Amino acid sequence: MRKLTVFLASAALLLLSTTVFASEPLRIGALFSVTGPASFLGEPDRITLEMLVKEANAKGGIKGTKVELIIYDTQGDPSKAVQLATKLIKNDKVSVIVGPSTTGETMAVIPVVEKEKIPLISCAAGIKITDPVKRYVFKTPANDHVAAEKIFNYMAAKKQKSAALLTVTDGFGSSGREQLKDMARKKGINIVADETYGPKDTDMTAQLTKIKGSKADAIICWGTNPGPAIVTRNVKQLGIKIPLYQSHGVASKKYIELAGNENAEGVMLPAGKLAVYDKLKASDPQLKLLKDYDRAYKKEFKVEASTFGGYAYDSFLLISKALGKGTSPEQLRDGLEEVKKLVSISGIYNMSPTEHNGLDLNAFEMVKIIKGDWSLAK
Amino acid sequence: MDIADQIAQYLVSGLSTGAIYALIGIGFAIIYNSTEIINFAQGELVMLGGMFTLFFLNSLQMPLPLAIFCAVASSTAVGVLFERLTIRPLKSPTPLALIIITIGGSILIRGLTMLIGGKDTHALPAFSGSEPIMIGTATILPQHLWIFALTALAIAANKIFFQYTITGKAMRACAVNRRAAGLVGIDVKRMVFFSFAISSSLGSLAGIIVAPLTMTSYDVGIMLGLKGFCAAIIGGLSGGLGTVLGGLILGVLESLGAGLISSGYKDAIAFIILLLILFIRPQGLFGKAQTERV
Repeated sequence: MRKLTVFLASAALLLLSTTVFASEPLRIGALFSVTGPASFLGEPDRITLEMLVKEANAKGGIKGTKVELIIYDTQGDPSKAVQLATKLIKNDKVSVIVGPSTTGETMAVIPVVEKEKIPLISCAAGIKITDPVKRYVFKTPANDHVAAEKIFNYMAAKKQKSAALLTVTDGFGSSGREQLKDMARKKGINIVADETYGPKDTDMTAQLTKIKGSKADAIICWGTNPGPAIVTRNVKQLGIKIPLYQSHGVASKKYIELAGNENAEGVMLPAGKLAVYDKLKASDPQLKLLKDYDRAYKKEFKVEASTFGGYAYDSFLLISKALGKGTSPEQLRDGLEEVKKLVSISGIYNMSPTEHNGLDLNAFEMVKIIKGDWSLAK
Repeated sequence: MDIADQIAQYLVSGLSTGAIYALIGIGFAIIYNSTEIINFAQGELVMLGGMFTLFFLNSLQMPLPLAIFCAVASSTAVGVLFERLTIRPLKSPTPLALIIITIGGSILIRGLTMLIGGKDTHALPAFSGSEPIMIGTATILPQHLWIFALTALAIAANKIFFQYTITGKAMRACAVNRRAAGLVGIDVKRMVFFSFAISSSLGSLAGIIVAPLTMTSYDVGIMLGLKGFCAAIIGGLSGGLGTVLGGLILGVLESLGAGLISSGYKDAIAFIILLLILFIRPQGLFGKAQTERV
């Protein structure tokens, strides 16, 4: 008799809990470096995700599921990111985590989500995040080596055979430097100079003088503002005539503004499509989405949408798509892995059990700066 | 480009960067020479100069010379206010307490600038164009000439003020012995106040004049301040030629190090030199050893 009551009670409890579960909203946790040195990544991430969640809930949720968003500021600090990730999982009971914004923080958080079996969609670009593939870890920005490959393909088409590297000594730059050297070997491009600069350096003429003496066919600079803008000015100052390539890290109008129109003239870089959407062909499948995002962002925040905020947008679309299977962490993970042909901001995603990024060369366009504006490089 | 031409460019680049360090270093030296305080908030005043100019230039649409004047005035006000609110209320200022206060002040100023002005990096227009000037085979920008000129002017004015004016002499007296200076009728607090006013206006002027080259944002003060501090230490914290030479040596070594050895070790080279000097000649390359009188 007692056994029966226990059974009935637990059955009732189980029933109750499942009904509660079905009506519960989807809880999305987010870790962004809203303040601190990487705030230029985390801040657009935060406002984009907040905007999307507000929009979705106003329409009654994603496919009828209301969304609850919990955002924590990691301040770009890996140990803080780990603490907050644990808090999101244990206290807030989130089903999926978006972020962190930097590669260092993401690498620190990975062991936590793998252990707790909560899917993570990182907004950081480092290749280590999804290579090798980890069961619960995904990321939205294209790998650095895709951008590097885009540059080398373009160089090959222009018969440029040797390159001089000038990379920044932070996470973005050193990852870029490795990818560039690796990809150069594969593409048969000769690296004749390999220089670096500090993220706070204010003059790179010494490095560029050395590069000038190296007889390279082109310079590839890898960094985020303001360094590359100073490099661009220094190149002009030294009267260096060979082509200058920048990375996708400076694909915003801010870079042209800092470098100055006349100094940036002719600089080429692989840009995410968001930066140049008004120059894309009318048939481009991403065009409408990019335009809508940029307009909505401008309307709300009076600045143009940044590529970095786009990574949070991608994460949100991936989650929306993955929701078909259910809202538990395991179901979301399976759903994410099965996303195919998802048209988003950073590109078109094709996930698989062996590919947790899902972007290819089409994520970038080679652009050239002419008269202070982007134009597609031919 | 052969190696001789390269070295010429390294030297020219090094001297022009070094002049920036020197100019900032002089600000450190002035406060030290009249108060024996190392003001670690000096870098933030350099930053404020650039940020204020930007504000007056863009938000209030002022012409450049007026914007510069207003920026120097505002940064000086901040420097003076900083002294009033943090240094002066201290009853018995020990060097350690003062250092911690100035570091705290620098974090506060940086944080407030970030909150009010945002985190973006901004470019200021160059004073007289950006057409490179050839010196032999090496090139510099017109803005560098402004920096050299201001540095020269700063040393000269400094020399005259501290050697030949009564206020300057009084300020030096305060550094030698606060109590004795007070006993002979020098208003010590006023002298400290003066030294903060002078060094913040000089610091902000330095910040304004380097901003077209280095760009400006809320956090440029850290690195520029640190390099300026190195320059002042190498020069033995003298308000004049010593600090300037210190800055130039630092700039040239950095540039040669980056060019001839490896750009990865550029900052390491600079800081190793700083450490060596602190170990071997704590009074600086050009400073006289202090004698303790009994």
